[in-house]
Amino acid sequence: MFSYYLKLGWLSIRRNPLLSTLMVAAIAIGIGASMTIITVNYVMSSNPIPQKSDVLFYVQLDSDDLNTLDDEDNELLDQLTYLDAMALMKAGKAYRQVASNRSGLVLEPQGEGERPFSVDTRNTWASFFPMFDLRFLYGGGWDDTADQNLERVVVLSKEINERVFGGEDSVGRSVRLNGMDFRVVGVMDEFLPMPKFYDVTNGAFNEPEEIFIPFNVAVEYEFDRNGNTNCWKMPDGDGFEAFLNSECVWIQFWAELRNATEKQDYMDFLNAYVEQQKELGRFPRPINNRLSDVMEWMEDQEVVEDDARVMLGLSLLFLLVCLLNTIGLLLAKFLGKSTDNSLRRALGASKSSLFIQHMIESGLIGLGGGLFGLGLAWLGLRGIEMLFGEYVENLVGMDWAMVMTGIGLAILSALLAGLYPTWRACSIAPASQLKIQ
Amino acid sequence: MEIGPIWRAMMRNKTGAILIALQIAVTMAIMVNAVSIMQEKNRMLSRPSGIDENNIFTLASVGFAEDFNERATVEEDLAAIRAMPGVVNAIQSISIPLSGGGWSMGLAVEPGPEIDGTGVAVYFVDEHGLDTFGLNLLAGENFSATDIVWRGRSDTSWPDKVIVTLATAETLFPDDPHSALGKTVYIADVIPMTITGIIEQMQAPWNGWDGVERVMLTPNRTLFGSSRYIIRTKPGMRDTLMPQVEEMLAERNKGRIVRSMSSMDEIREKSYRAESSMIKILTFTITLLIVITSLGIVGLASFSVNRRTRQIGTRRALGASKLAILRYFMTENFLISLVGVLIGAALTVGLNIIMIETFSLTRITWYLVPVAMLMLLAVGQMAVFGPAKRASSVPPAVATRTV
Repeated sequence: MFSYYLKLGWLSIRRNPLLSTLMVAAIAIGIGASMTIITVNYVMSSNPIPQKSDVLFYVQLDSDDLNTLDDEDNELLDQLTYLDAMALMKAGKAYRQVASNRSGLVLEPQGEGERPFSVDTRNTWASFFPMFDLRFLYGGGWDDTADQNLERVVVLSKEINERVFGGEDSVGRSVRLNGMDFRVVGVMDEFLPMPKFYDVTNGAFNEPEEIFIPFNVAVEYEFDRNGNTNCWKMPDGDGFEAFLNSECVWIQFWAELRNATEKQDYMDFLNAYVEQQKELGRFPRPINNRLSDVMEWMEDQEVVEDDARVMLGLSLLFLLVCLLNTIGLLLAKFLGKSTDNSLRRALGASKSSLFIQHMIESGLIGLGGGLFGLGLAWLGLRGIEMLFGEYVENLVGMDWAMVMTGIGLAILSALLAGLYPTWRACSIAPASQLKIQ
Repeated sequence: MEIGPIWRAMMRNKTGAILIALQIAVTMAIMVNAVSIMQEKNRMLSRPSGIDENNIFTLASVGFAEDFNERATVEEDLAAIRAMPGVVNAIQSISIPLSGGGWSMGLAVEPGPEIDGTGVAVYFVDEHGLDTFGLNLLAGENFSATDIVWRGRSDTSWPDKVIVTLATAETLFPDDPHSALGKTVYIADVIPMTITGIIEQMQAPWNGWDGVERVMLTPNRTLFGSSRYIIRTKPGMRDTLMPQVEEMLAERNKGRIVRSMSSMDEIREKSYRAESSMIKILTFTITLLIVITSLGIVGLASFSVNRRTRQIGTRRALGASKLAILRYFMTENFLISLVGVLIGAALTVGLNIIMIETFSLTRITWYLVPVAMLMLLAVGQMAVFGPAKRASSVPPAVATRTV
């Protein structure tokens, strides 16, 4: 029966090519526009590390100025001071923890005539690699002793390894960074978390850094920081040492806590730590520490931009206009077949079979609109890429889930649009239209 | 006119009319709110940065060699750049308007850690700063060469002179901003600085900051490892000079890399890319929307003409002129559109209220609503003209035929 209805639907679609094209086009444009925007929003709000997002917690300590306490939104500093980050690393109370920040180094390739270039660098700890489930092409991360002994080791991204070593296994070889030799311990596989959850402070949709070196080494040699630094109070005195001991925040801190007990224990530990620091005259504000898991942190930092949400709202309204359009056209089409329908009713077709037939026809139109719409959405995403440039490069990819959503949305929309016209078409009295003939 | 009969005839078969009216209403709500967003973005884009954008470019010099002498390099670089023909002036600074990265400090009119200062963006400049940026000094005087202090990466001291923008003076001394000249302000809670100059206007590096006009210049050169040079050229010379300066710097000292060269135009384009892209996307959306709505009107109007061919023929046979038929369909569409834009006006305001509450957007300017109403009425009339014209050419003889 189904295939017969399909055939009927197809014939009916072909009978009014202009009207059918209009309908398919209306749905296609609506789906194209909304899917373009939905995809961007979907990638922006996607979970960058689904397997672990509920056990990784961003740590915030309220070490801020007393003067700004009256702020209503209860916003905490989004990074830690060096003093606190080091104290938490040293205490090691979480299952794993990592403090890290962004910097930039100059890499000198050893080949003849090759120019030095700057590389985005993350200063971090051994635990960074297992904590964020990083996969390696060659070698692996460094171990805790390297952190302690200030070993000059480096993990390269796949791209940098290709640029410097032509993509071969470079473990054990050395790279010259800011005039010093670093030993390669690992080369990472493709790594592109979207959003870049481990450091949203310095751009949630930036690419990950190109090389990773031990945090302690970067501090030892006073390498330039190039991420956000925020000081509510100036350091006491000049020099790097004074900066390290200041209230300036510039470090992102993550803790891996495997269950509620561990989380509670860690919170207790943080509160006790702040209590103890208060006695030393720091932390002027009431205790207000926070642990946010990955998705809570993305929410808190408003990773999905307002503009994207505004566009999402407008694009869904746009789809609504297209649907109203389709309802009108379907109504015109189905009522145009009134003679047909009443004749078929007179010949014994039941209301329900007419209903199913018309819904199948609507669904077919939806399918067509969905397929075309996906094509348009692809074009739309290319358009967005062209307009926004590299900033959105990683936001405009469609995965299978999005493709299926697009087609599903199109068929659903068409069926919804078809409901009323179908009902009108089915409620024609048998033979009513035959009288004038 | 025959509004009464047309309206009653429409009421007998109202679904199609309601659909069109709703479509027009939603179209209008999207359109007006989108235009309002575009206006807001445009306002952002058209704010001046305060500097001579057409003739300025910037590049960074990053030292990496162990024997790299930053102070000597900066002094020699600046002397060499300033000596190039076509260069008006050049300075070392840490940032430039619209670049998105920079430094801000709290300024207060009274000393003490308990005073909450006003955030002000800092540009470190030497005595060539005003000329290089192309700033307009309203009062006071420029820095002199003897004022310049070299600042290390983690230094906490500040020079005793500062030049501020008028907007900064307005925030610090709201009663009489022009009296700011010669006054003492405090940076880093307790360090006093004297305001020795007031400039008309200059933007901070962050275009979305609500204090974007609050800027101060301090007489510093920096030893931060990475230096940014800002170079102003004679009109029309910038594009020729850019590669020349880059090449010259790279050749002069092999212990550093020269990078991130961009003209102010490029920096502006990049800074506002999100805004200008959104304007383009919204323009495209509105156009598409109007096309779709018009197609819907054409589709339904054609359908209703087809259905009423016999009636039209009958009317024609009874003496109605072609013009009367044309007018009938045009009037019908006008009534539908009128209902549509009236509902649309309500929807527009409703949507705007939601947007203001959720996204803190600005309120729509009142005239957008009537303009959009008139425009959509016109679009409706144009869309229906084709089908109406076809209706008017139905021959009276049709009335005598069956089906």
